[in-house]
Amino acid sequence: MIEVLDPGALLTVQDSGRHGYAHLGVSPSGACDPRAARVANLLVGNRVRDAVLETTLTGAVLRAHEGAVIAVTGAQADVFVGDVPAPRGRPVRLGAGQVLEVGAAISGMRNYIAVRGGVDVPAHLGSRATDTLSGLGSDPLRAGDRLEIGASAAAAQDLFAGPFAEPDRVPGPHEQVTLTLEPGPRADWIRDTGDLETRVFTASADSNRIGLRLTGPALAWAREGELASEGLVAGAVQVPPGGQPVIFLADHPTTGGYPVMGVLDAASLSLAAQVRPGQPVVLALAS
Amino acid sequence: MKAQVRPLGSRAVIAEVDDSAVVPDLAERLRDARSEGEFAAVEIVPAARTVMVSGLDRADRETVASLVSSWDLSAHEVATGPIVNLAVDFDGPDLADVASVWNMSAAEAVDTISSTHFEVAFCGFAPGFAYLSGLGEGRAVPRRSEPRTSVPAGSVGLAGPYAGVYPRSSPGGWQIVGTVRDAVLWDVDRTPPALLEPGTRVRFVP
Repeated sequence: MIEVLDPGALLTVQDSGRHGYAHLGVSPSGACDPRAARVANLLVGNRVRDAVLETTLTGAVLRAHEGAVIAVTGAQADVFVGDVPAPRGRPVRLGAGQVLEVGAAISGMRNYIAVRGGVDVPAHLGSRATDTLSGLGSDPLRAGDRLEIGASAAAAQDLFAGPFAEPDRVPGPHEQVTLTLEPGPRADWIRDTGDLETRVFTASADSNRIGLRLTGPALAWAREGELASEGLVAGAVQVPPGGQPVIFLADHPTTGGYPVMGVLDAASLSLAAQVRPGQPVVLALAS
Repeated sequence: MKAQVRPLGSRAVIAEVDDSAVVPDLAERLRDARSEGEFAAVEIVPAARTVMVSGLDRADRETVASLVSSWDLSAHEVATGPIVNLAVDFDGPDLADVASVWNMSAAEAVDTISSTHFEVAFCGFAPGFAYLSGLGEGRAVPRRSEPRTSVPAGSVGLAGPYAGVYPRSSPGGWQIVGTVRDAVLWDVDRTPPALLEPGTRVRFVP
């Protein structure tokens, strides 16, 4: 059992997502930074689809009510077990009663906390992910919530033997982030994509698990008219008439009615989930 | 009619047709081809004039593109999906506005809606929210200029050429003409969770 002492700005249960129901209007949800969540699970010997906790900008504080093995990945943040600093990107043992503190993100936006055995909350449509758009999955966690730990699927193994890769570097809070776009279905709706890489956008504070909103030099439409709504995927970069792009993240709606000029590649999707409000962002077309 | 295939990143495609009436044929052929193992995909999502297919590897993207371009698509002449009759109280606040757009009385508007054979063209906006085709472009109505901040669950709305039923309370800009009685549009503990899936035929019964 793990108790939430402080959920920070937003602490949710996430996994690899709720797939196969988009035709019924169900968003994929799941970890916004799929790579960081996957690494956290691997570090504690979990399956990649096991449920983890996702923090948002301000970290979280948890108490283990039984012995547990955890790993923290994602944003750069100070991690403590009690008063003792603990590493990110390594398995860490928590004794019964010990407190894990993931501090506010120094670089990046979201941390992932995997627990050996996985976080065990009821699954909806095959997933434990909290979908902030539709309300599927458990509610965002509050102080005092208690979470069961699942039975570990993996055979006993020495998780602590290493060697361990260095944690992924997360760009600093003021560092310009370049996100790579693969071709989208409506690239021809947008004018001036030739100089896309010279346009510096700023990540908006309106961003959330549904989308990373960018503000900056408007991307003008090359045509008038309306597009009928069509299917979306995570990473789709949609350009509304005002020309301020929205990059869809895990809780995106299943369809959208504005042109999608491109789709982030997998590495850029994970990176986009770590972009902080105010951070400069450049979109680059894949070569 | 032929569909055109457009890329949606490296793992998904959008197949597009000029006529929304052939989307059900396109979606059904894609679902059948996936069931027969011609390709593996995570999602097949019909929309107004497109079907999106996602979770494709490189080889399956090629397969989907060549399959889609080989098909001569047509509108279903006879709908074959399951039939759901929804009992409706036509007490919606926008019924008079809809009747006025259609240049008829409120009673005639109720007759028009309840005599229409609807079919779920696609779902979206919220889990279990079905876009019901059948009214046709001639009966298209504009969305409300000011969306409501909260539309009650079970509200029956019209927008563009579509009708829809709100599965749960949410903001919304559709013209509300009535409320369904006793139908649960969405229940995650039911299989399937959505009462109205693509292809389902729907009648609104006063």
